[in-house]
Amino acid sequence: MTTSSRGRPGTRGLLIALSAAAVLAGCATIPEDALTPTPDSLERRQLQSRRLDGISETSLLAASAGVLQDLGFNIDESETRLGVIVASKDRSAWNAGQITAAVALALFGAHYAVDKTQKIRVSLVTRPALAADGTPRADAQVLRITIQRLVWNVDNQLSRIDSIEDPAVYQEFFDRLSKSIFLELQAI
Amino acid sequence: MHTHRIVAALLSAVLLAGCAPSTKVIMGSEQSAVQLRSYQQRAFDTADKTQTLRSVISTLQDLGFVVDKADLDLGTVSATKLSGYQLRMTVTARPRGTNQMLVRANAQYMDKAVEDPKPYQDFFTALEKSMFLTAHQVD
Repeated sequence: MTTSSRGRPGTRGLLIALSAAAVLAGCATIPEDALTPTPDSLERRQLQSRRLDGISETSLLAASAGVLQDLGFNIDESETRLGVIVASKDRSAWNAGQITAAVALALFGAHYAVDKTQKIRVSLVTRPALAADGTPRADAQVLRITIQRLVWNVDNQLSRIDSIEDPAVYQEFFDRLSKSIFLELQAI
Repeated sequence: MHTHRIVAALLSAVLLAGCAPSTKVIMGSEQSAVQLRSYQQRAFDTADKTQTLRSVISTLQDLGFVVDKADLDLGTVSATKLSGYQLRMTVTARPRGTNQMLVRANAQYMDKAVEDPKPYQDFFTALEKSMFLTAHQVD
């Protein structure tokens, strides 16, 4: 017999309440590793970065803005002197599987909030690549993009907030960027 | 009838009081400005503001953030990390004397200010590596 089951019901109730409070308090504190690089940080950096030769930082930013527009993004912010472009787009998040599940649940009188809209945010950052002696090069850049997504359900509640880590998404972006750079360089 | 009115008035007073944001929520913090600064800011031995901000941005990207805003003149970068939770950071860099940059970081986790020194230490440790410079404690 365990100690807790021998305790009076009042004590037990208190214990449950205390542990519930501890869990709730735990939810409100920042996770231990939120600001530490994780073992997969390096892998993620490689996935999200490309080195581009034969182009200036300004031309690369212009070409990148073009790709973002091709992909339907709106530019929200930019600071070209720091190599930063911030863009986003709002799109439908309707998902056939979810809707089927919601209809099935509704048949039994349960409510299931289906995802309705999503916002996709991108920050695109360039920096000059370094020459062998450590000085920044004018004609070679390193570009890194990070993408995240916020999804709202039909009740207008945030149902999902996460980072996009699918390699195919980044590959597709860089393929399009290569084409855009080609056009940008042609224009010069 | 009269009692009903009083009850209604009392109820609305309670509701309004609940809605009114207290000065503490808007202006305040649990800790003094001196305490906050002791772990939210560090000095780096460089006078290069642009390079400092670029290092801040690349550190934030390494940590999984998406940049929200960047302003070289103001010396600020704001970014958000979404990973099942929402973490917002604003980092500022401004000159300290003639050969140092003072970097200050503020974080907000969900709807609360982060007032635990540990996450800031982690951030400055990551920033040191990106800058190839040591972060000095400032008094």
